[in-house]
Amino acid sequence: MKRQKASPEAESKYKPAKPFTCEDFNRVRRILGERVVFIQGDAAVSYGALLAGCRFFAGYPITPATETGEILSRLLPKVGGICIQMEDEIASVGAIIGASRAGAKSMTATSGPGFSLMQENIGYAAMTETPCVIVDVQRSGPSTGQPTEGAQGDIMQAKWGSHGDYELIALSPTTVQECLDLTIEAFNLAETYSVPVILLTDGIIGHMREKVVLPEFKDVEIIWRKEPTRPKEEFQPFFDDGTKIPEMAIFGTGYHTYITGLTHAESGYPATDSQPDHHRLVRRLCDKIRTNRERIIRVERDFPNAHTDRTTGIISYGVTSRSVYNAVKTLRREGMKIDHLRIITNWPFPEKEVAELSRRADRIVVPELNLGQVYHCVREAVAGRCDIVPLWKTGGEMHTPSEIVQAVKGTG
Amino acid sequence: MRTEIRFVAFGGQGIVLAGVILGEAAIADGKNAVQTQSYGPESRGGAAKSEVIISEEGIDYPMVMEADCLVALSQPGYDRFVTEVKPGGIILVDEDLVDADDPHTVSAFYRLPFAKTADKLGNRIVTNVVVLGSVCSITEVVGKENLVKAIETNVPEKFLGLNLKAFTEGYKIGRQVLEQEGQGRK
Amino acid sequence: MFRKAQHIREKYLEQNMWPSIFCQACGIGTVLSCALRAIDKARLDIDKTVFVSGIGCSSRLPGYIDADGLHTTHGRAITFATGIKLANPELDVIVFTGDGDLAGIGGNHFIHAARRNVDMTVICVNNYNYGMTGAQLSPTTPVGGIATTSPYGNIESPFDLTALAIGAGAPYVAKWTTVYPHETMLAMKKGIEKRSFAFIEVLTPCPIGYGRRNKLKHGKDYLLWFKKNTIGKSRYEKLTEEEKRSCEKIVIGELRNVEEPEFTAEWSKLVDEHFVE
Repeated sequence: MKRQKASPEAESKYKPAKPFTCEDFNRVRRILGERVVFIQGDAAVSYGALLAGCRFFAGYPITPATETGEILSRLLPKVGGICIQMEDEIASVGAIIGASRAGAKSMTATSGPGFSLMQENIGYAAMTETPCVIVDVQRSGPSTGQPTEGAQGDIMQAKWGSHGDYELIALSPTTVQECLDLTIEAFNLAETYSVPVILLTDGIIGHMREKVVLPEFKDVEIIWRKEPTRPKEEFQPFFDDGTKIPEMAIFGTGYHTYITGLTHAESGYPATDSQPDHHRLVRRLCDKIRTNRERIIRVERDFPNAHTDRTTGIISYGVTSRSVYNAVKTLRREGMKIDHLRIITNWPFPEKEVAELSRRADRIVVPELNLGQVYHCVREAVAGRCDIVPLWKTGGEMHTPSEIVQAVKGTG
Repeated sequence: MRTEIRFVAFGGQGIVLAGVILGEAAIADGKNAVQTQSYGPESRGGAAKSEVIISEEGIDYPMVMEADCLVALSQPGYDRFVTEVKPGGIILVDEDLVDADDPHTVSAFYRLPFAKTADKLGNRIVTNVVVLGSVCSITEVVGKENLVKAIETNVPEKFLGLNLKAFTEGYKIGRQVLEQEGQGRK
Repeated sequence: MFRKAQHIREKYLEQNMWPSIFCQACGIGTVLSCALRAIDKARLDIDKTVFVSGIGCSSRLPGYIDADGLHTTHGRAITFATGIKLANPELDVIVFTGDGDLAGIGGNHFIHAARRNVDMTVICVNNYNYGMTGAQLSPTTPVGGIATTSPYGNIESPFDLTALAIGAGAPYVAKWTTVYPHETMLAMKKGIEKRSFAFIEVLTPCPIGYGRRNKLKHGKDYLLWFKKNTIGKSRYEKLTEEEKRSCEKIVIGELRNVEEPEFTAEWSKLVDEHFVE
């Protein structure tokens, strides 16, 4: 059946849905210049996205995330992609979901107020199992808050922001290098589990400059979604082949897939009147992540006291870990036994890893740049085995190492 | 060994760029560096602060805890941060923009004509590069060559000549002040 | 050549999804028929056609078509459609939406897409209410209209959706009603074939929702009402200035058809200028 319409420029270099090859990766490396750079966290996220094969960015300006979109505005055309400024954050997530379904790796970046607007469509991405990356450069809230000050106040929202039962993945970088590395990881996780992935940076790391070493192609793994293996007539867009992860047929490849946010059967068609269909669907959406936690969750264990009986634990994540690293050095110099668990994957929450620490710890100190968010997850995982000492700080300044030292020693 | 440098000024005086350039030079020297900043919403005026941590090892806490070097181009900035310098540290103030006497709490206190030098060269906008020249010769926290290279990649081409002159003058001023004190630094 | 209904049904409809959810005398079925005939006449490659919709009765249409479909969130269909088209400009993107979905919650996305001129065809079923949720007032409910959220009669002025589209810059804008299915189909075909943002508003009966609350209880009443209260554009143009001023009929027809640079064409040029080998 031949199209009568004037066809778009077939020879154009603009091809966001083209497969991402080693050649494309090296093109990105060439464009980014030196192997060792001194860049902001926001920029590292842009670089990481390009190196992961992202060719579609849709966003809306918001402090302190704007730089990510500005940099991609300059660089995406150079790699045959597109950076489009949409009319609002809701449109941005809509566009990245549409783009992903049409075959392009896609991303958006925002901060608190925008992240709040995005929640309905994030739930839609989770429900329709559409891979995409959403960067939240957290800033002091609630509401307009302190636009230029970093915070960690969106951790709970990242998991619970949309309505209903769903699971997704959220990562917190601690260094500017991790902003790049975890962006690549975010894309890989999104493609592997057909799920939206949230990258939780913040206004401090986003605007801080640090040394970043760009990876070589051989140093990274670039993952693409599971493509259909069954013939078109038999293909079902939400069929569970035992892995709980469906194959994904790109729009325009002849599979005629129907994708809806309504409760649906394996065929993709609505099944809103069926309790068994809904239950099966929602359980699979959640188990898809929960049963794969071993493969998804990343933590950093600094446990010199793992074989001793008692220790003092510190659990940190994101930018706060920088203060903790310094405090831990001081505390150990003074002779204290300290085990530091740094959480990299905020969701799914590493409850086993926290529980493990709580079995050996007298107390666990949990510093956060909020009024208690990961604190609640830690409490649940600790299940009363030891004391938990929260250290909450708001207003945009990081904990000083001495504040953490004092909290650990109980002298603060 | 971590070195903590803090610049304070009004918005628009270019200290954020100065911090970025310093950090880049440190990276080129093969060290680690972290640069942070804070400022208000105003493009001009308002309080601005730019910090750089330089270390041969990895840098954990990315902010200044107690500055090794404070550079002040504004009175409010100086007043606010003069007490947060290590006893063995150095303070550099602009002799026209900051009215201050040696607080005798640090090992070295210098009043330097940063803005005046920039004006003499024809444009106050290069004050921050004059500052970099002085910081380089006085503290030797980064190598001169790499600092010049970092300046070159961070300023508009048509102002390159002006900026290099500003650096050279700043460097000279720094050297002079050390020689006057009879201190040679290794 | 007019294709038999059976041919269109067998070729395009998702057989497993019938019977549909639509009420007796609902006009959405007619809109679907016109749209399928339009794509058939335009000889679109159905494998390269994607149907996108929001939430509402009209937004259920993609589920009845055997093709790629994306049933999205309320008011946001156009944003998803933008993403699809920009990711693969080879695809033909057709959006089904309703008056509430498009001009209520979706108003902002509507005007920006028209302004941007991304190539897509937006078919809006305007039945003057939010039908799916039980006949609430919508931004196109006529003054005095009775709805469940305007039980004493609507006091707000309604949008003129095509005027809004034209004001926002849409290069192709047409307004028809289901009482003229052939012209509706031709307008859709033209919009689909044209490489631009195309907006086709179809005034549609909703007898069970809006209709029976507003003296249009039967499908026939509705169709007669449309016939009586609309006037073709060419006839309207021939009226005198005074006649135009006192004319209370809705002007229907092809209301705008101009050439404007299309977004993906312009973007491709931009990329080709900056692409690094």
